[in-house]
Amino acid sequence: MASTPGTDTAPAIELRGISKAFGPVQANKGIDLVVPRGTIHGIIGENGAGKSTLMSILYGFYRPDAGEILIGGKPTAITDSQTAIRSGIGMVFQHFKLVQNFTVLENVILGAEDGGLLRPSLSRARGELKRLASEYELQVDPDALVEELSVGHQQRVEILKALYRQADILILDEPTGVLTPAEADHLFRILRGLRDEGKTIILITHKLREIMEITDNVSVMRRGEMVASVKTRETNPTQLAELMVGRKVLLRVDKAPAQPGAPILSVRGLRMVDTAGVERLRGIDLDIHAGEILGIAGVSGNGQTQLLEILGGYPEKGARLEGTVTLNGQPLPLTGSDARARRQAGVGHVPEDRQVEGLIMDFAAWENVAFGYHDAPEFQNGLLMDNAAIRADAAGKMQRFDVRPPNPELAAKNFSGGNQQKIVVAREVERNPDLLLIGQPTRGVDIGAIEFIHKRIVELRDAGKAVLLVSVELDEITALSDRIAVMFDGRIMGERLPDQATVADLGCLMAGVDPATTAPEDAITPATAPGLDEGVR
Amino acid sequence: MERMPKWADVVLTPLISLVLAFAISAVVILAIGESPVEALKVMVEGALFSSYGWGFTLYYTTNFIFTGLAVMVAYHAGLFNIGGEGQAAMGGLGVALMLLFVPWPHWALALPGAMIGAAAFGALWALIPAWLQAKRGSHIVITTIMFNFIAAALLNYVLVNLLRPVGKMDPATANFPEPTHLPSISDLLLSLGIEWGKNTPVNVTFFIALAACLLVWLLIWRTRLGYEIRAFGKSEPGAVYAGISPTRITVIAMLISGGLAGLMAINNVMGEAERLVLNSVEGAGFIGIAVALMGRNHPFGVLLAAFLFGFLYQGGGELALWTSIPRELIVVIQALVILFTGALDNMVRMPLERLFMALRRKKEA
Repeated sequence: MASTPGTDTAPAIELRGISKAFGPVQANKGIDLVVPRGTIHGIIGENGAGKSTLMSILYGFYRPDAGEILIGGKPTAITDSQTAIRSGIGMVFQHFKLVQNFTVLENVILGAEDGGLLRPSLSRARGELKRLASEYELQVDPDALVEELSVGHQQRVEILKALYRQADILILDEPTGVLTPAEADHLFRILRGLRDEGKTIILITHKLREIMEITDNVSVMRRGEMVASVKTRETNPTQLAELMVGRKVLLRVDKAPAQPGAPILSVRGLRMVDTAGVERLRGIDLDIHAGEILGIAGVSGNGQTQLLEILGGYPEKGARLEGTVTLNGQPLPLTGSDARARRQAGVGHVPEDRQVEGLIMDFAAWENVAFGYHDAPEFQNGLLMDNAAIRADAAGKMQRFDVRPPNPELAAKNFSGGNQQKIVVAREVERNPDLLLIGQPTRGVDIGAIEFIHKRIVELRDAGKAVLLVSVELDEITALSDRIAVMFDGRIMGERLPDQATVADLGCLMAGVDPATTAPEDAITPATAPGLDEGVR
Repeated sequence: MERMPKWADVVLTPLISLVLAFAISAVVILAIGESPVEALKVMVEGALFSSYGWGFTLYYTTNFIFTGLAVMVAYHAGLFNIGGEGQAAMGGLGVALMLLFVPWPHWALALPGAMIGAAAFGALWALIPAWLQAKRGSHIVITTIMFNFIAAALLNYVLVNLLRPVGKMDPATANFPEPTHLPSISDLLLSLGIEWGKNTPVNVTFFIALAACLLVWLLIWRTRLGYEIRAFGKSEPGAVYAGISPTRITVIAMLISGGLAGLMAINNVMGEAERLVLNSVEGAGFIGIAVALMGRNHPFGVLLAAFLFGFLYQGGGELALWTSIPRELIVVIQALVILFTGALDNMVRMPLERLFMALRRKKEA
């Protein structure tokens, strides 16, 4: 990994011994990285491995505690994002940083205006966008409002912003998380085009498929360290997965075949129009039986959140709802918000976003273990709450779910993502609900906790309970579910059994194409690389 | 991981802010050619070196405890109640109506009656903004501040046109009947043979204020309602997920907040003036915001901060009386304290946090 500073052959980016700690957490430990010019370099690692921290250092959001950054062979101190931009680094964040009610053009010049008057900048940008569009397949209507663009197009605007600022090095953080397979393919074509023009691209992801498909080199991060840097064509998904996790990965969740019983939840013709007038659910029919896990796959934003909220008893205020939902044969009221009544009816709910909904981050762990069940009779002591009882209950649950550190007094925000999730899962699962709604159970959760949480979900199923699992991770869906339903644009596109579903088949459904009706299954070209990482996380 | 120890957060930060505020005040006093040392001496002696000074300091403290608690309760629900001034003024109207139109035989009976009137009127005045916030999304900061003006105008009308005794020029109610007069603390102590704080307005309401601190603490940290208020204040989506109704919490928290602000009238209207005059609140509602901020939204902190502002009020009065420092400067000092402990809190906090984190890293290394 030697480099010759100051020459044309110098790597676009070289990191030497970068370290960064947040309090006691060592997010990056002595990271070395060499990214040659004109290549696509993948950085792969589990959530929490330190990828995002490293890129934030590169983009000037954090200052490293130690280490050196060389850009084009020149040591560079990146003190803020302005310096990063001047050094030719452009960043496309996972969550776009666009002004929703500005046009594409206005967003592109925002912060890069030429002078006090907007018109010259706008016309210059218009010409530039035209050139970029034809050169790199980056077509976007420059006068469209960003809020009216699809997610894929918004991402193109982010890329255009970076290119307009003359970025030579483009960093993309989990760019395909919000894209359909087709959109992802288009993005990859754009990226290849950019590379062929001599741009350097760093792609951060935890999806092995993307790494294998598009990158030239790949670096693997684990627990804050760079554990390997290899040429992509000299490696394979299994090897990368092992490097990421640091041991052999358990490919499948151990579970016996489901023994479905009576239906617990029946949803018929469920439609929902939100307050903005957008039809979020367009007639959902679902049945979940006792002793069964129904997995709902789909790119996020296709109505899964609304479905979970409605079943959890708190549809968006002012939304219009139609259809019927019955739990254990009893119809549930659809309108009005009463998550409390829903819990009493036997519905547990692990929400998709634990930090916004599932936990009060400033509350101590023990207060969070009672959250939503704080009116349970065993937690009351006359007019006051029985805090001693809640603490004892919390300590027990945290111990049984191996929450670390097992300290109920610590605020929720001070636990790692996996342990936060364990607190939520412990709270909901230990109430022994008839129906467990669980959204993105392992988002931002480390692999050890993933296995643990999966086991608990299967245990609940084996105890004869119904589970509705919503996840954007296909591997998780296929590993856990007894039946898979794919959601697209507020509809269930189709149902599959996990052992019969291929990733390509599910991918088509997720993109809104039903392979069974449009074409014979083998005629569909899967949007995947050869040697697909079947079952490998 | 906490960024710094709790004691530094709760004690050190406000203390440094306070020192900074006083330092700049000292510069201002120097600039107008007076001695800051002398000024401080006059303030401390005037507020704390005699039972007379204490009597006034504690009287002001009582006012600020109520308005501070009012802001604090709303704050825990994520609501910024700037309407303490108007709610306290309306509380005064509640007290006046209760005491003028009900023939109370004894103050011990009149007191609970007046408390109900004060709390009910204050709560009612907070209910409308709360309702507008919960149902219509009208921002509570805007509505409560506007309701301060409406309260002032309404009281003006009521005092001039309805409650002013015939033949009086003064826009105020008649004096409350003799049996409703609250015993001052100096009276109580005198009956025990102790001479303390003669002719000072501090009265039994002070003890009610202390009890209110305790009750608010119980409410916020020991009851289900308090749990729900805090959960809602930290995360509205979280509260909705947990089945806590935002409308219900917004309304209830504001009713409690307005009621507490209204209760201040027991002290100034019933206990001190013994009639309702125009502008009886005298800015105590606004001071409550600073008190709650400085008191870290904890009843004990509110108590201490209320005492600090009580001291500033009384000491400031003495300063105007005994030195040639103009009265306006007292307002400057008070404003500086508010500025530093409230608005500029992070200016002190962030360097402190960095310092503590650096210290910890050094210890670990």
